[in-house]
Amino acid sequence: MIDSMEAIKVISMARGEAIVVTTMTAKNEWHQASTHRELDFGISGAMSKASSLGFGLALAQPNRKVIIIDGDGSLLMNLGSLVTIANMAPANLIHFVIENGIYRITGGQPTPNSRKVNFSALARDSGYAHSYEFDDPAAFQGKIKNIMEQPGPTFVCLKCPSISERSPHKSPATSPDSVRKFRKMFI
Amino acid sequence: MATKVSSLFAGKVLAELKKCGITHIVWLPHSENKAMYETVLRDAGITLVPVCREGECIPIAAGLWMGGKNPAIMHQSTGLFEAGDSIRGLALDMQLSLLMLIGARGWPTPGSPPSPYSWNGIDSAATYLIPILDAWGIKHHLVTNENETGQITSAYKEAQTTSRPVAVLIAKE
Repeated sequence: MIDSMEAIKVISMARGEAIVVTTMTAKNEWHQASTHRELDFGISGAMSKASSLGFGLALAQPNRKVIIIDGDGSLLMNLGSLVTIANMAPANLIHFVIENGIYRITGGQPTPNSRKVNFSALARDSGYAHSYEFDDPAAFQGKIKNIMEQPGPTFVCLKCPSISERSPHKSPATSPDSVRKFRKMFI
Repeated sequence: MATKVSSLFAGKVLAELKKCGITHIVWLPHSENKAMYETVLRDAGITLVPVCREGECIPIAAGLWMGGKNPAIMHQSTGLFEAGDSIRGLALDMQLSLLMLIGARGWPTPGSPPSPYSWNGIDSAATYLIPILDAWGIKHHLVTNENETGQITSAYKEAQTTSRPVAVLIAKE
């Protein structure tokens, strides 16, 4: 298993100038690790939509990497997005999923069919160009450069422990101003 | 009763969308907008982004908009009901200026036959459409024929000036 905060630090070290879209617990943990907050967008109040919003950003900005940091509970709510993304196959999109088998943000209840769903197989068979699964921190660390550099869309499932307590980390709620500020970078 | 979109009508809708500078249409096809699909697909100026469920349309459009593009969404009224949390949590809460083209399934017109979708001939997709838009405070414009497609540009401008999603209900026979 990989500690989710450690996994997020590895992604942060490798992100370069990538846009990063996060949601739920990953949003809070990413906020601690990020060194380019102006390029981060965390979804506060619309669970499961990180994959779709990140996909839209990837289509809009094809010359910039877009990283999505999703949760397994969130992705289960929006599984069709795997097929939607694979259909247009943005080469600049990297989709990470923190698989902890629970809804951590609501107190640790298990997700449906927890730990038995093969997310990397779902992504691969939906048509992602590359799909990986890691449960060893060293293996993930060893592959991150290649993951970031190869043309995608790329999917990475990170097997993390089931920790029922809410993350101690916090991040500010997203506001309409932050959305507008984000757009201004690109127009 | 189903709405039916002719090629001529689809061409006029497309012309309005281009006038607004729409770059992408995020959509789910429905049985009544086949001509619209074919018309947009033939046009190189607007990119179609197909989705698996309507709830994906708003967040994808939000990402496109944040990335500097100018998207619209297009799906049936039934999809509007399905997409409720995306509309609330992103389009409304984030104050997105977003044009929503909604196929008004079952919209009543004089002499129209009973709805094939309902046991009593009344399509509840039409019954609940306006009350739900009103509950969300989403302004709406109605297009029932080729001469009303200018409503699309009006709705687009309204979305821009109010920083809110604005719906165009396509109820053409």
